[in-house]
Amino acid sequence: MMDTFVMRHLPALLIAVPLFAAFLMPLVGSLGPKVRSAWVFLGALATAAVGLALAGKVLATGTVLYVFGAAIPQQTLPPDAAFPIRIMFQVDALSALMVVIASLSSLGIAIYSLAAESKQSGLETFYAMLFLLIAGVLGMVATGDLFNFFVFLEISSLAGAALVAYRVDDGVAVEAGLKYALLSTVGALAVLTAIGILFAQYNALNLASLANRLQFTALDQVALVLLVVPLAMKCGAVPMHFWTPDTYATAPSSVTAFLVVSSQASLYGLFRILFTLYGHLVQFSWATFGWFLIVLGVLSMFVGVTMAIPQKDVKRLMAYHAVSQTGYMLLGVGVGLAVLGDADALAQYGKTAMAGGLFHVINHAMYKGLLFLTAGAVFYRAGTRNLNKLGGLGHDMPWTMVFFMIGALAIAGVPPFNGFASKLLIYESVFRFSPFLSIVAMLVSILTLASFVKVFHAMFLGPRRAEFAAVREVPAPMLAGMALLAVFVVVAGLAPQPFVDHLIVPAVDAVIDRAGYVAAILGGR
Amino acid sequence: MDFFQTLQTGAGAWNPLLWLLALAVALGVALAIRSRGRKDFREGDGRKPFISGNEEPENAGGHVPASNLYWGFLESLKGYYARLVPLHTGVPTDYVVWLLGVMALMLVVALVV
Repeated sequence: MMDTFVMRHLPALLIAVPLFAAFLMPLVGSLGPKVRSAWVFLGALATAAVGLALAGKVLATGTVLYVFGAAIPQQTLPPDAAFPIRIMFQVDALSALMVVIASLSSLGIAIYSLAAESKQSGLETFYAMLFLLIAGVLGMVATGDLFNFFVFLEISSLAGAALVAYRVDDGVAVEAGLKYALLSTVGALAVLTAIGILFAQYNALNLASLANRLQFTALDQVALVLLVVPLAMKCGAVPMHFWTPDTYATAPSSVTAFLVVSSQASLYGLFRILFTLYGHLVQFSWATFGWFLIVLGVLSMFVGVTMAIPQKDVKRLMAYHAVSQTGYMLLGVGVGLAVLGDADALAQYGKTAMAGGLFHVINHAMYKGLLFLTAGAVFYRAGTRNLNKLGGLGHDMPWTMVFFMIGALAIAGVPPFNGFASKLLIYESVFRFSPFLSIVAMLVSILTLASFVKVFHAMFLGPRRAEFAAVREVPAPMLAGMALLAVFVVVAGLAPQPFVDHLIVPAVDAVIDRAGYVAAILGGR
Repeated sequence: MDFFQTLQTGAGAWNPLLWLLALAVALGVALAIRSRGRKDFREGDGRKPFISGNEEPENAGGHVPASNLYWGFLESLKGYYARLVPLHTGVPTDYVVWLLGVMALMLVVALVV
């Protein structure tokens, strides 16, 4: 009975559980640190369980619909209405992929933060904001409504800005939080304007309903630009990436690791707008917007990695690598979009390029999250992020060093880790579209490896240093959080095909199948 | 064994199990070569790790700081970095200008193309 109820209302629970955990946090926190820690762990575990159960249901049975407030949650159209009027979630395979990413990452990060943030004050606020951020991200990737997407985007942006500025005793944290809030607000304003333009013309906010009515007027084109450019900025694409190193470097590492997932939720929004909302229109130029993604991708890859190499702050260096890795995703999916109108090219390499791009989304969330957590572990013990001052930590932090090696080899695309599998899909498929782009992608991987060799040497190699004599391995919860992500990195690298078959290919099909997305809501109408 | 399926890329394939096998063979060869080395070697019996003609630095001072790595790479791309780094001003309004600039450019492209 309970099982049936839970399974029936999984989409609602997906945001209800983290919101419940967030809103009760001040009350629970007043009962003491142990109760608070237990609440955080249970909240993250329940969120992950709901997310994974929902993703499993979607991948097993197809798109899951949920209409809030309806007597029958699966009834998308009221009996006498021609279009959907209620708030609804539409979780297809692409959304399921993003839900899996957010679920796994949030669990690992929450466990890690139990020890990493234990010495800080104001933890009730910290964890309340963290769960709000998680709820915002999950809502962004699950909703089937454009205005709701904006609402969840705002929730994640505001919670993210508050978390970035969390260590207020450090002045730059406030500055970084302000930058993140400012850029997010300007971007959200553009998104809201675009939604207003579409609503004024078509009297609809539901994505499927809008996709069915869009005429590609001049105003629709303005709305398209107002939607895709801010979302590209939010995912850290060059030349709108400037906020990324400032924000990622300053935020607590557990927050930075989830900001990566938050950026990827914006990437999801970008793909949803381009493929589902506009991608089917005959007037829409696939090549133009495909190349828009490709150019952003190549710029992000190259500028990101070359800016990373001279950095001295380990988290700032990793932030530039996050920009660089986003470029691979944009490149892979951009190639798929560019050939969307060419059935042969799409079948021969376009879908593989998209699979590589989407596989890289989940892989990047795991290894980049892992790398930020290892940087946080080093900062936790050594008290500095300056690579010139670090050294010899491998003697006393062997587990952190091993986790760092796993993450570093994965991001550099070294087999047998997960980054190699997704990059191989991108290299080989993009080569058939443009050999030059593929060569750039490979060159960037070599530079990435060089950069992480430097970080590995600077942090862990060399003799023990006197100033780090008291350094020892980080507490078990931090190791457990890192281990969770590291296990995924290794398993997805050793067995990539099952992930591609059961998680990535359905997501690619969902992105391309705009008609299926619309029909799920509107049926024959 | 289904778990270790070959990854199909459309143009090629990669099998992680075969790669691990190749890695194990390479490791075996490396160990075989190592086993043919001198058995009587003992660490710290007066041999120097390298011959430089100079006095060896103390162990604790032997760590090369991160900034000293890839000096040649950065020097050869000095012109590139001289243009790229100053763009990262740290000023939030500059960041907004970049966002609005890309938006304006894309608007022109979308309306013209």
